[in-house]
Amino acid sequence: MRKLTFLLVSLLVSIVILAMSTFTVDQREYAIVFRLGEIISIKKEPGLYFKTPLVDNVQFYDNRILTLNWQEPDRFITSEKKNVLVDSFIKWKIVDPAKYYVSVKGDEVQAERRISQTVNDGLRAEFGKRTIHDVVSGERGEIMQILTERADRDLRSMGIQILDVRLRRVDLPKEVSESVYQRMEAERKSVANELRSQGFAASEKIRADAEKQRDVIIAEAYKEAQKMKGEGDAKASEIYANAYAKNPEFYAFYRSIEAYKKSFKDKADVMVLDPNSDFLKYMRSSKKKKE
Amino acid sequence: MAKNPGQNNNQEEGPPDLDELLNDLGKKIGRIFGKKEAPQKGSKPNTGNGSSQPSNDHFPISSILLIFFLIWAATGFYIVDQGSRGVVLRFGKNTEVTMPGPRWHIPFPVESVEVVNLEQIRTIEVGYRSAGDGAARSKELKESLMLTDDENIIDLQFAVQYNLKSVEDYLFNNRSAESSVRGAAESAIREIVGKSKMDFALYEGREEIAVKAKKLMQEILDRYNTGINVTSVTMQNAQPPEQVQASFDDAVKAKQDLERQKNEGQAYANDIIPKAKGTASRLTAEAQGYRLRVENEAKGNASRFEQILTQYDRAPEVMRDRLYIEAQEQILSNVSKVFVDQKNSNSLLYLPLDKLIQQVTPNARDVTSPLVNVTPQVDMNQGQTASQNLERSRDAFKSRDRESR
Repeated sequence: MRKLTFLLVSLLVSIVILAMSTFTVDQREYAIVFRLGEIISIKKEPGLYFKTPLVDNVQFYDNRILTLNWQEPDRFITSEKKNVLVDSFIKWKIVDPAKYYVSVKGDEVQAERRISQTVNDGLRAEFGKRTIHDVVSGERGEIMQILTERADRDLRSMGIQILDVRLRRVDLPKEVSESVYQRMEAERKSVANELRSQGFAASEKIRADAEKQRDVIIAEAYKEAQKMKGEGDAKASEIYANAYAKNPEFYAFYRSIEAYKKSFKDKADVMVLDPNSDFLKYMRSSKKKKE
Repeated sequence: MAKNPGQNNNQEEGPPDLDELLNDLGKKIGRIFGKKEAPQKGSKPNTGNGSSQPSNDHFPISSILLIFFLIWAATGFYIVDQGSRGVVLRFGKNTEVTMPGPRWHIPFPVESVEVVNLEQIRTIEVGYRSAGDGAARSKELKESLMLTDDENIIDLQFAVQYNLKSVEDYLFNNRSAESSVRGAAESAIREIVGKSKMDFALYEGREEIAVKAKKLMQEILDRYNTGINVTSVTMQNAQPPEQVQASFDDAVKAKQDLERQKNEGQAYANDIIPKAKGTASRLTAEAQGYRLRVENEAKGNASRFEQILTQYDRAPEVMRDRLYIEAQEQILSNVSKVFVDQKNSNSLLYLPLDKLIQQVTPNARDVTSPLVNVTPQVDMNQGQTASQNLERSRDAFKSRDRESR
């Protein structure tokens, strides 16, 4: 059993020593090997590496793309002195672990602080040159590109590469939003009013047109009717003329007699007669009237 | 790979000795020490062989080692689900990507594996969060309100679906690839909406915005080599913000009012025009009737006259007298008469004509003409029908009017 114990102990010790003298670098990491505080090598390739136990120590840094998110949207002032709230995110990456270690002691929080300062300065400068409209729509892409290039240039000395600065939200502060809402409301109201007036106008037009059509139809019918009546009257006159022309004198006599009969046939018609009239000549005497 | 020679040695020595001692010592000790020693197996065979054991101890140790080795080796098995990929790292370096099925890798200190679901569709929601079962959803105003090109604010909610197109890119290029999707989604949609007019974003352009946003998102994600593939961007909701909702609704209502007013106008038109057509045809028909009547009356009158005329031509004098006397008779038998001998009576004659007429009209029978001074003989036989006659005479006047035309 002693031998067994010895065996196990020696095994353990050798494993510990082995473990202390090797390290693996992950696909996702860089490793910096320090010997008593001095950088002796930088491992960028993944794999198994050896080091001197106890004397050397190793620090690992992420070689992937990291994201820096803004905690709270920041206020910026545009060229027309309006406030906007801007929220962005930054994609960055450690490209030179040695410089990175030297400049921020490998502290990611500190690195992010430096990055956000740089980007913030850039944002302030770029927003100051532009109007809200430019920032929101026109030159959004341009701003992002300028900021990316500028931050990348500034931060390369820290071993940091800036891949992208992207504006996420560009919003108006609450007070300004309120007035935007009011304006939108007013706009809608004017649209609504316009639509209603258009509706009224359209309706009136249709009505007036209908009335016009009605008048035209009736007037044309009236014209037609009068024409027809006229034709009838003309025809009748022609017939009368043809008939009466045969003996105008008798017509006058005959017609007058007819007219008399029709005009005097009522008790209300009072005739004042002279007994000497022709009609009453036989009332006076039975003699033959004198010629 | 450094382990392979060690494995072979073990396997050669191990198998024949397994039987008895396995049960006694091996199992007990193995369980006690198992946890501590299992990971360290790699280097064990060397030391074990070096201090070659006496026959007593030889069996248990080698069998223990063998068991530990087998347990260690067994930890290398893993299963890759359908739709997933296994990424094998040897000392941290990516060596292979394995397809679905049961797989084995060299265990712990040498190789490790990460299984990533490649094909599963994942969803993120921007502007809202649906709570569990989906029914209720809460708004995230911070995310959903955005500025448009014409400096209006709209409320936009959308969902992004994505899966992975490359496991290696997904694992090795970004620290938190998934969170990049949200950032990219928000940034992209705001950039697109920021370039669109409000009406476009709210109504006709919704689909177009989704398509553009998807394209831009994919570009952004590709720029970071995230290995993420955006499969769809769907607009859940695009509306004006709550504060102005009412007036937007009103504008929509106004549009309908416009249609309604047009329809009302049309209805009015549809009412009066057919009526007018009716009136028109009535006028025409009446005129036609009038023409026919007048013509036929004329024809009738004319033919009557012509026939009398033929008779008149035979004996004009007799005809004349007869016509004259008949007419006088007819007239005088109906009419109230007053005889006045103008030549013999020189006194001024007073005839209250208006009263005479009045008497005739109301009750003609009782009147005995007291007002008439001079031998008047008012014949009132037919006073009864006077009012009727009056009407008849009016009719006659009218028809005469027509005839005279």
